[in-house]
Amino acid sequence: MRSAVIVFPGSNCDRDMAVALERASGVEAQMVWHKDASLPDGLDVVTIPGGFSFGDYLRCGAIAARSPIMRSVIDFANKGGHVLGVCNGFQVLIEAGLLPGALMRNSGLKFVCKDTEIKVETADSPFTNAYTKGESVTYPIAHHDGNYVADAALVERLRGDDRVAFSYRDNPNGSSADIAGILSENRRVLGMMPHPERLNDPELGGTDGNKMFTSLVEALVNA
Amino acid sequence: MKARVYVTLKNGVLDPQGAAVQHALGSLGFDGVDAVRQGKVIELDLTETDAVKAKASVTQMCEKLLANTVIEDFMVEIL
Repeated sequence: MRSAVIVFPGSNCDRDMAVALERASGVEAQMVWHKDASLPDGLDVVTIPGGFSFGDYLRCGAIAARSPIMRSVIDFANKGGHVLGVCNGFQVLIEAGLLPGALMRNSGLKFVCKDTEIKVETADSPFTNAYTKGESVTYPIAHHDGNYVADAALVERLRGDDRVAFSYRDNPNGSSADIAGILSENRRVLGMMPHPERLNDPELGGTDGNKMFTSLVEALVNA
Repeated sequence: MKARVYVTLKNGVLDPQGAAVQHALGSLGFDGVDAVRQGKVIELDLTETDAVKAKASVTQMCEKLLANTVIEDFMVEIL
């Protein structure tokens, strides 16, 4: 599985993402600087890591979503490429228009950093095929602006199309319908606030995050 | 020519920061504040000298970057 990690000024989970991708696939992830105009050829998946790109200026992810590389990422997604955005990466994907809704300041106004129980809402996607629908996993969250805002019509559409990938068991940030992660219409773009890439080694406290990356390898290489 | 852009949350979008400010005003003894909505002001210096063109251009800037029109409204003032 050939993968890339997009690096912005202020990204801070880019190396964790690269390690997680490499462990699952056995292939080194390519780090791509945001000022590059194009993606490397032959990629199977592009990932947008967590962090505080451009210092969260204007709105979280807003400046990063307009950086040169994002035009190529949007093209890649529109041509059916797989894209994973975690935390700030989720904010960037929403600001880039690849996923619907908005991410606002946490309802409690505080930065929340803790392990959180997440419910897998669908196993029907390239990112979640190794999970069982309804199972619980524990992923860290670390964000100030993870409050997913969607009106009732959007929530109904996401649910009706089975596009809610993950939800919180105990909503930490005020997100509409407890939503923690959503899929695009073609199910090949996933944005989520929790960090699977941060829980990939017993020394880090657990390995729940591995399934995200073994799902991708299963879908993109073995299928 | 200068332009000033006001970005505010749409009606119906919960504003936790505004609610916290309202609460703090109450704690300071300022009674009678029914609601607080927090937004931002962005000032731009433009080379354009035609006010109509300037407004059209800044409106595009708002739609493309300065506001997130999913949750925010904006207002453009040409000064």
